Amino acid sequence: MDIIVCLKQTVDMKQVRIKKETRKPVLDGLPLLFGDLDRNALEEAVRIKEKEGGRVIVLSMGSPKLRDTVKDALAVGADEAFILIDSLFSNVDSKTTARILAKAIQKIGKYDLILLGEGSTDNYSGQTGPRLAELLDLPAITYVRQLEHVDSRARAVRNMEESFEVVEAQLPALITVTSGINEPRIPTLTQILRGSKKPVKEWKSTDIGITVDELGEKETEVVSNLGPLQQRKKIIFEGTPDENIDNLVNCLLKEGVLGG
Amino acid sequence: MAEILVFCEKDEVVFELLSWGRTVKDSLNAKLATAILGRDAKEKVDEYFAYGADKVYLAKESPPDFYADVYTEALCQIADYGAELLLIGSTRRGRELAPRIAQKWGAGCVTDASDIKVKDGKLLVDRYSLAGSTISSEFIKTTKKVISIMPKAFKLAEKESKHGEIVEVALKLRNPRLNIIERRKKEGETVSLEGAQTLVCIGKGLSKKEDIALVKSLAKALNAEIGCTRPISHDLQWLSEEREVGLSGKKCKPRLCISVGISGQIQHTVGIRDSKIIAAINKDKNAPIFEIADYGIVGDLYQVLPKLIKKIQSGGYVC
Repeated sequence: MDIIVCLKQTVDMKQVRIKKETRKPVLDGLPLLFGDLDRNALEEAVRIKEKEGGRVIVLSMGSPKLRDTVKDALAVGADEAFILIDSLFSNVDSKTTARILAKAIQKIGKYDLILLGEGSTDNYSGQTGPRLAELLDLPAITYVRQLEHVDSRARAVRNMEESFEVVEAQLPALITVTSGINEPRIPTLTQILRGSKKPVKEWKSTDIGITVDELGEKETEVVSNLGPLQQRKKIIFEGTPDENIDNLVNCLLKEGVLGG
Repeated sequence: MAEILVFCEKDEVVFELLSWGRTVKDSLNAKLATAILGRDAKEKVDEYFAYGADKVYLAKESPPDFYADVYTEALCQIADYGAELLLIGSTRRGRELAPRIAQKWGAGCVTDASDIKVKDGKLLVDRYSLAGSTISSEFIKTTKKVISIMPKAFKLAEKESKHGEIVEVALKLRNPRLNIIERRKKEGETVSLEGAQTLVCIGKGLSKKEDIALVKSLAKALNAEIGCTRPISHDLQWLSEEREVGLSGKKCKPRLCISVGISGQIQHTVGIRDSKIIAAINKDKNAPIFEIADYGIVGDLYQVLPKLIKKIQSGGYVC
């Protein structure tokens, strides 16, 4: 079983701060890591490998710092990694991301499963998986909460709003996972050391045979990206419990949000 | 713009999208259309017109079930009748469909929009970005556009008495690549946090599962729904994931949100940011939740809640 896991490198979202004066996000200097659902996808791939044998191949596109970030994935149990680093790849939209990944996947060639998170931790647009399914013409199972069985077919439980939907697909297939699927492991020191010795291949645009024309123009243009305007009253009561509650209830009554 | 085509597998979301569509179609010089693919199509048509559709595309043959690949094909074929803008309800199915259709149809795409504004005949689409800490406003530069819009983003308009054109379409559909084996209905009650007028949200300040009873009595006194942060639903599993509020959960717009024992991480607060009034109870006066609250009580929730419940019960303040 050969499994390609697509991982997105993002800044650590828990550390993003918004500048009060400008409402702009501060991203400079924040640590880079793989997203939460990305790590669930990787964990699932490693578990399948441990059960069924085979290889876990990591594929990721990002900044030159990806050379470091990718070691996290190799420590967790991936066997090898392909990293896509090129100035042409920076600041691209979902369509182009999917196109670049599709090219790289075609170059890797042999695979039974492609695993991804259902959305990225930074923008959570959830476009890459479905677009890849179209581009590679693969059966796609999205929102997978449980992979029950994988051999020549994958049987998975999808976490939909009102129901769990059990579906099957012939391999090769593409699967996107949701967070409930597993608890990603924390690698041991030995695994981290072993991971740093695993093969990493770096590809540029020319290596995967994608031209500037094929990358295309951006289809979406971000006009602004700011923290929301928050005009809250921020009235804090720090008196005795009884005073606080009287104050709070009075204020809520005045606001007209209590009582009918 | 020729046509705005609206689709969602949930009728109530279609009605929301139509309600918005009819406010902008004139300024975009567009007709408003919807597509119905399901079996019960014919019975629905009148309601679709009543919410503002000028045209309803009816599939002559319904797809066998909801398969994303088949629906993608069906909607691309219907869109080719003259749509330039496809509005899809961003349910889980819709979130998957939108980028697939965009890829196949050759359209630019934004998913999970929280709002769309029309500016000089162009559409400016808002969505949460950077894990909810920012709102990104984007133009789609391609002529064909696909936008998936979060349920409840647009207000439902009044129905009008209106009729429109029914276009029956013969679709050429492929066989699905998946096989649906079964659907297991989720246990527990269905909750509609997005529609709640009053919301009580709880976080890790609650020390044990049994204490949810305390929160329930507050919610009962207020006639409120209960929501929670991700650790409560996902890590501790004290409440069902249907009650998770935040970036990966529900985005709520209640009149009043009472936040109890929640520190105020952005991943959660993005889900309550559109509340009219936010009141927070937390024992740490430096907790970030107080930065986004209108009113706050610094105090131990185990002392505050029983008194608050009593006060509300005695006052009979039901929301």
